[in-house]
Amino acid sequence: MVAVICLILQTSAALAEIRSGTDFLSPELRRQQADETRNPGFFWVEQGRELFTRKPAGDGQACIACHVEPQQSLRGAATRYPQVDAATGRLMNLEGRIEQCRVERQSQPAFGYETPDLLSLTAYLASLSRGLPMQVTTDGPAQPYYEAGRAFFARRQGQLNLSCQQCHDGLVGQKLRGDTISHGAGTGYPAYRLEWNEVGSLHRRLRACSLGVRATQFEAGGPEYLALELYLAGRARGLPVETPAMRR
Amino acid sequence: MRARIGLGAALLAVSPAAALEPFAVVGDAIPAPLGGLAGDGQRGAALVRDRERGNCLICHQGADPSEPFQGSIGPPLAGVGARLDAGQIRLRLVDASLLNPQTVMPPYFRTENLQDVAPAFRGKPALSAQEIEDVVSYLATLRAD
Ligand code: HEC
Ligand code: HEC
Repeated sequence: MVAVICLILQTSAALAEIRSGTDFLSPELRRQQADETRNPGFFWVEQGRELFTRKPAGDGQACIACHVEPQQSLRGAATRYPQVDAATGRLMNLEGRIEQCRVERQSQPAFGYETPDLLSLTAYLASLSRGLPMQVTTDGPAQPYYEAGRAFFARRQGQLNLSCQQCHDGLVGQKLRGDTISHGAGTGYPAYRLEWNEVGSLHRRLRACSLGVRATQFEAGGPEYLALELYLAGRARGLPVETPAMRR
Repeated sequence: MRARIGLGAALLAVSPAAALEPFAVVGDAIPAPLGGLAGDGQRGAALVRDRERGNCLICHQGADPSEPFQGSIGPPLAGVGARLDAGQIRLRLVDASLLNPQTVMPPYFRTENLQDVAPAFRGKPALSAQEIEDVVSYLATLRAD
């Protein structure tokens, strides 16, 4: 009993520390995000749902041939990414897993990061976990990646010499021009950003933050942002998946 | 102010980067204009607002309340010329980390000890000596809160 109460207290303390980006949106944008008929991100989700059932060229099988009843079989999958791929020992996010299925199991050319097809499939699969708490593994084989992500987060970078942490820990709630700085949880990605006028990946958002401090923009899908994604996901443990979110 | 920060003559230092105009820190100030240049307050006002070059209002509230979407991170710039003299403002622009190692205020005239700088900005200060002087001239005129 005491243990249960402690657990509840601990969980709520963790949640009180890190809040979703949605909490920092204007009320109007928050309403729009919640309304499936007004959130344009659902257009990508629909596309992804369609792609998931489509048979690829040649004699490859559709995703749904292996993943029957995805609403059940893949519900919660996104809460466990990024994860270390058992076969290769490499850190892999949801996009990476989709590409792996595409190449190895469907014998198709990879979509490529940030392509509309990969974004749609990623948004669709993540949407199957909407409302479920993030629960990535950060110990065991994932630990070195997690530590690398943490170090990246804490390191000052760029000509403006700022770390992720200075903004997303120290300045949460402050105004950076028109933006209100959040904890940088990233639990709504792929997300529809008004600035992009389309859905984009978390790594595209990270590239925007890097550019903001005039730092090197690492390759989307590359090892630097993958490790960062794992750290952010571990930091956001317990927060619900909100894909497709809307952001400014 | 100087006593509180306690740098004193110990930090009577020379510019770290050979390519940049050298400067001397006295107390919490850089009293002499960089490169002996004269600043232009009007150009400075434009730089502070410009979203590409100075982009100061991303973090600071400037002196013009009608400007939309100003930041709330640094102290408001209104009245800064009454709080600080030109030399003190200059030091805070050149490298505020000399006063506060944890500072969020970016170093605008420094090229060393920076990591992962984007190729387009590598080896250059965020503002040139002339631009620093322009901004110092402008900020020194902001005497009213
Ligand atoms: C100068 C301030 C600043 C720095 C430094 C910065 N960011 Fe951001 N970041 C922002 C702002 C402003 C936004 C948009 C508002 C928001 O959601 O926080 C944002 C958004 C994000 C988001 C999306 C959050 C969401 O849930 O929609 C993530 C994730 C993120 N940043 C991570 C990072 C990481 C990782 C770094 C370092 C590589 C970094 N940021 C550096 C200011 C910054
Ligand atoms: C990323 C945020 C950020 C940006 C961009 C920024 N500042 Fe600052 N600034 C700060 C913070 C935070 C402080 C407080 C520094 C401290 O106490 O260490 C500060 C302090 C100052 C001070 C000292 C103010 C006082 O009353 O003590 C001046 C002057 C100043 N900034 C001018 C500028 C100018 C001019 C620019 C653009 C060329 C600029 N800042 C860009 C965050 C920023």
